[in-house]
Amino acid sequence: MVRVCLGSALSTVAGGRTELYVEAGNIMQLLKALGREYPGLTPLIERGGVAVAIDGQIYNNALLQTVPADAEVYLMPKMAGG
Amino acid sequence: MASISSTITERKQFNQVGTRPVRPDGVDKVTGRARFGADVSAPGMMVGKVLRSPHAHARVLSIDTSRAQALAGVKSVVTRDDFPELAEGTVERLREDSIYDISCNVMAREKVLYEGHAVAAVATTSASIARKALALIEVEYEVLPHVTDVDAAMAPNAPVLHETLFTRGVEPPPQAPSNIAERTQIVVGDVAKGFTEADVIVEREFRTEAVHQGYIEPHACLASVSEDGTCDLWCTTQGHYAVRDTCAQILGMELSSLRVTASEIGGGFGGKTTVFIEPVAVALSRKAQRPVKIVMDRDEVFRASGPTSSASMTMKIGITKEGRITAGEGEFRMQGGAFPGSPVPYGAACTFAPYDTKNVRLISYDVVTNRPKQAAYRAPGAPMCVYAMESVLDELAEKIAMDPIELRLINAVKEGKKSAYGPTFGPIGLVETLEEARSHSNYDQPLGPNQGRGVAVGFWPNYGGATSVSLTTNTDGTVLLSLGTPDIGGSRASMCLMAAEELGIPYEKVRATITDTNSLGYNDGTAGSRVTHSAGMATIQAACDAIDKMRDRAAKIWDIDVEAVVWDDGYAKPASSNAGEFDPMSFAEIVAGSHSTGGPIAGHAEINAEGAGNSFATHVVDVEVDPDTGKVTVLRYLAVQDAGKAVHPSYVEGQYQGGAAQGIGWALNEEYIYGDDGKLQNPGFLDYRMPVASDLPMIDTIIVEIPNPGHPYGVRGVGETPIVPPLAAVGNAVARAIGRRLTELPMSPPKILSALER
Repeated sequence: MVRVCLGSALSTVAGGRTELYVEAGNIMQLLKALGREYPGLTPLIERGGVAVAIDGQIYNNALLQTVPADAEVYLMPKMAGG
Repeated sequence: MASISSTITERKQFNQVGTRPVRPDGVDKVTGRARFGADVSAPGMMVGKVLRSPHAHARVLSIDTSRAQALAGVKSVVTRDDFPELAEGTVERLREDSIYDISCNVMAREKVLYEGHAVAAVATTSASIARKALALIEVEYEVLPHVTDVDAAMAPNAPVLHETLFTRGVEPPPQAPSNIAERTQIVVGDVAKGFTEADVIVEREFRTEAVHQGYIEPHACLASVSEDGTCDLWCTTQGHYAVRDTCAQILGMELSSLRVTASEIGGGFGGKTTVFIEPVAVALSRKAQRPVKIVMDRDEVFRASGPTSSASMTMKIGITKEGRITAGEGEFRMQGGAFPGSPVPYGAACTFAPYDTKNVRLISYDVVTNRPKQAAYRAPGAPMCVYAMESVLDELAEKIAMDPIELRLINAVKEGKKSAYGPTFGPIGLVETLEEARSHSNYDQPLGPNQGRGVAVGFWPNYGGATSVSLTTNTDGTVLLSLGTPDIGGSRASMCLMAAEELGIPYEKVRATITDTNSLGYNDGTAGSRVTHSAGMATIQAACDAIDKMRDRAAKIWDIDVEAVVWDDGYAKPASSNAGEFDPMSFAEIVAGSHSTGGPIAGHAEINAEGAGNSFATHVVDVEVDPDTGKVTVLRYLAVQDAGKAVHPSYVEGQYQGGAAQGIGWALNEEYIYGDDGKLQNPGFLDYRMPVASDLPMIDTIIVEIPNPGHPYGVRGVGETPIVPPLAAVGNAVARAIGRRLTELPMSPPKILSALER
């Protein structure tokens, strides 16, 4: 199980939960599992509005990136820039 | 020794990266030969012009174009009826923005939502005929109440722009529409408890006005639709693939039928990451079966392109008398014009990121108003939110009589510390920027009467993105790079430096071209400080791909295993004496014979670049305030920032200086001024005052280099962060110069005089 921390910006759409546990080996599996377990997150995930930080490294669009079971994982809003 | 395969290893020593060669596009730009958006033409080209709303908010009851269409010289007229009705909420392909909103922004549908909103367009044989044609279009409006101020737009009785907009992020979901598109929050720790631990607390309200990116080159494009439905589109843009995708989706075209070529670009700063006139030109050309060129005038750029948001903010911070931040609380309200999407959550995430703060609560509101749809502007949202935060922090430093840099050093985040927005930081250079700023001679300069010194810190997390690069070798030993990221800040030179470094050949042997969308795989735009990092990473990978092929050629020529060949500073060499005794074979030798040893040699990389490293900066500014006129003169300015590794230091310094200059303008003079009629009062550079060279001192820079482990050369993006600290740095300097703190930007002379009279 991967422990996923939700920034408070996202916790409101996950029923107020700030920590979630899902079975996932990579980011694609993680997002799918989160969408199944917490449907409130699905619209944001589907419109590409979330990034995943693994051990401090922010991944904006790397669905096949491996997620180690013991990693620090944060789900957060995606930020682009100007 | 360089990498021996496409597995890239981190470099510690550089031969060419870090040097300052002359920019390859410089001669064309200073001689006027460079072709910008408005410089493109085509045989049989028509002039396109747009009819814009005179009202800030109105229902479009009817549009009669019959008289315009009957005018001699008019080849096509388009209105909302020429744009397919998209499903509301449609997400733009590959991007987060709503394609529905973008479509409604480029051509109004049932309502105009701001003064300048496009309602029709014509393609004609001359500009004068175009103006006559626009005058002949009859639009019947039902004028509606409008709102342009963010706080007024949030009020219960405000005119509602969108009957279908219900605030997201609140529980229970609202039953009535409003102008508040979304509420988001960042909550860490126990803020109430944190404030009880504080010895000093400061709370203030702040306001910043909307500003424009102020790029010198206006939006311009030329569309040419063929009888078979394919289209060539030339335009000035930060991302021609995004232009292609957006136009195709708005107009119902296949991506492969629309080829977009990016011109040279005269500035963008985020404002050219979306489309305004491009889909209109394509629609006009499709109808006229002629090439159609549209060039915005400056008035249109101000009224109808995308400035950044204005903001209304509350910030409260508590610290101990020893200078430790115990709690921070902020509320940020930003209007993003007529459609949702202000950058307020980004800005909120950046406020406390530089500080090791246990208790933070930040609430953000994205609000719509009757203003043009905002577009990105360097580090979107961060300058405003950081202005509020760093202003309060500065006031706290004064209250406990602590040096402002010392206060920031006490609280500065370091590697291994959690950011206020969640993840743990890797290697970062905030402390180094603060220490460099404190050690600089500017920080010791004595100050005279009416002079003050301001300090502020800024942060941006940076971004990677989809990137494709091709590298072609020529038989004369030269190399051509094909890039898909428009060169705004000198990226062609930086890419050439990295390719030369990896290949082990002189910089002068490498040339780079920005290709069209049909010639190279997809590229995200030049935005988010991503190009030197991401296109650089792809360039290095493409070079390694070519190196692998050259090693393979050498191995075949020597009749040994490819694993026994290494690439070392421009030569293929046997890995050891066990591989055999062969003279090293140079890059030039291998590519010269390549056509006879297996074919031309090229390298490619198509990547989704990740690993963009965080960037921190510290700015220090000295100002003098004229007590008689209220004019603020910037005496000295220092920008210190972590670049990871500066590939072309002059360009890095230019980014620091440019961000500082833009931020100074934002702080002191620039503002969108709206009248009670909801109309913009100052849509021109005479009344919208941007700083010019004579307004500013030489901006001193220091490049800190803490390598980013996410890039093979340690590169961090540098384009966003430099505009984050200046608003607060200048505000803090003015406060210390006059002994009063202004809390509204810009701090224009009338506001300064008013503060002095208080």
